[in-house]
Amino acid sequence: MSKKQIKLEARDINAYYGDFHALKGINVAMEEKTVTAFIGPSGCGKSTFLRIFNRMNDYIDGFKTEGEILLDGENIYAKNVLVDELRKRVGMVFQKPNPFPKSIYENVVYGLKIQGMSNKAALAEAAEKALHQAALWNEVKDNLNKSALALSGGQQQRLCIARALAISPSVLLMDEPASALDPISTAKIEELIHQLKEQYTIVIVTHNMQQAGRVSDTTAFFYMGELVEHAKTKTIFTNPKDKRTEDYITGRFG
Amino acid sequence: MNHLDKELLAIKDKVNEMWSLVEFQMLAGKDALLNGDEELLRKIIKRGKKVNAYDIKIDRMCENIFALYNPVAVDLRWLMAILKINANIERIGDSSEGIAQLIREANFPVDPELLETTRVLEMYDAAESMLADVQRAFYEENTELARDLIKRDKLLNKIHVKTDKVIIRYIQAHPDNINQSLKVSGIIRKLERIGDQITNIAEEIIFYVDAKVVKHKQKKKRGKDPQ
Repeated sequence: MSKKQIKLEARDINAYYGDFHALKGINVAMEEKTVTAFIGPSGCGKSTFLRIFNRMNDYIDGFKTEGEILLDGENIYAKNVLVDELRKRVGMVFQKPNPFPKSIYENVVYGLKIQGMSNKAALAEAAEKALHQAALWNEVKDNLNKSALALSGGQQQRLCIARALAISPSVLLMDEPASALDPISTAKIEELIHQLKEQYTIVIVTHNMQQAGRVSDTTAFFYMGELVEHAKTKTIFTNPKDKRTEDYITGRFG
Repeated sequence: MNHLDKELLAIKDKVNEMWSLVEFQMLAGKDALLNGDEELLRKIIKRGKKVNAYDIKIDRMCENIFALYNPVAVDLRWLMAILKINANIERIGDSSEGIAQLIREANFPVDPELLETTRVLEMYDAAESMLADVQRAFYEENTELARDLIKRDKLLNKIHVKTDKVIIRYIQAHPDNINQSLKVSGIIRKLERIGDQITNIAEEIIFYVDAKVVKHKQKKKRGKDPQ
């Protein structure tokens, strides 16, 4: 592949929900400023794996992880790592838009305020930048004090992306970010992903195979807790090496 | 069998039917050349219209699947191959039709010496067996046979390359039979084209089964197994 730096790397990751072995010996490396798509049937472990990258699973009772996740070469599961600090570097967008019941502006600057930023001019500047990046600025610039809940679903999702971007992460995790949106909003999110990858390393979980094809540089197929195949997206969708991958993407599973 | 498989099978059936029509056009051509059967020539030319209708129908069926099913991997390769295989079968039909026209213009009976020295019947036999085998390679997904066909096309090319010299010599010896000489030369050119079209189909079979592109490769390397 290209000579980009490795941004994120999983080394021999095993994960358990109690006795259930959810992820089995996963090794994968993701280059910086690329989009990686995780695909696979429900329950295959792809969302669990995604959440491992910002330690979202830490709060689940009985959840245990083994192995290393390296972000810029440093293990994010090392004892000295502060989870709050980690999440400034690894932002996340969820399946359902989940804005806070506050104004558009307050949503975007929420993270920065928690971090202690109080300079109004700086906050306003950061909000505008994040809204621009999330391709929402032109639609909301005259109504920044309007409730975020008054926005359409697609706008709410882009607001959530702006909120994630405001704290300047370098990695963006997206868990089916467009599955609850109509085709036009979906197209906007996908276009946004294309633009964002110039600055961010993006990992996206999607059930929409065509979406994986459209937005990602590489695709990883998970099945029953295993990483079956990780390759260039073009290769996965034209000539996958593993029979299970081919059966899944061609809809012939089971 | 899932829904897409059923649709793909329906296309395969249509390709099969079209293939039978074209096979008839080719086989009947040789008979007509030897027997001067005008009725047969008429049938060959008439079948051309049917073949064209199949060509359009198969293209349309593939187009619908691209639009509605977003095929990927082996399905995508298969459909891309079918589009080209379809076009090549249709062209074999066209070539056969052209041959029928030439046979008609040659005025039966064609001088046996001309048939013998130009090796046109030998070419016919080779092309016929290649057409039957490429059909088998398609249905059995037999890439070994497909690679073999690419090699077998060399015989047709070899005969074709010598045709001009052979025909000139024949005309010098038989200056009264220029018309038939030109027509047989035309038939040979078309048979050589049919060999190329069968080779194209064989290349598409290798593409969709093995995901390997062999077209436009050096002739030496093409027929070889990739391993």
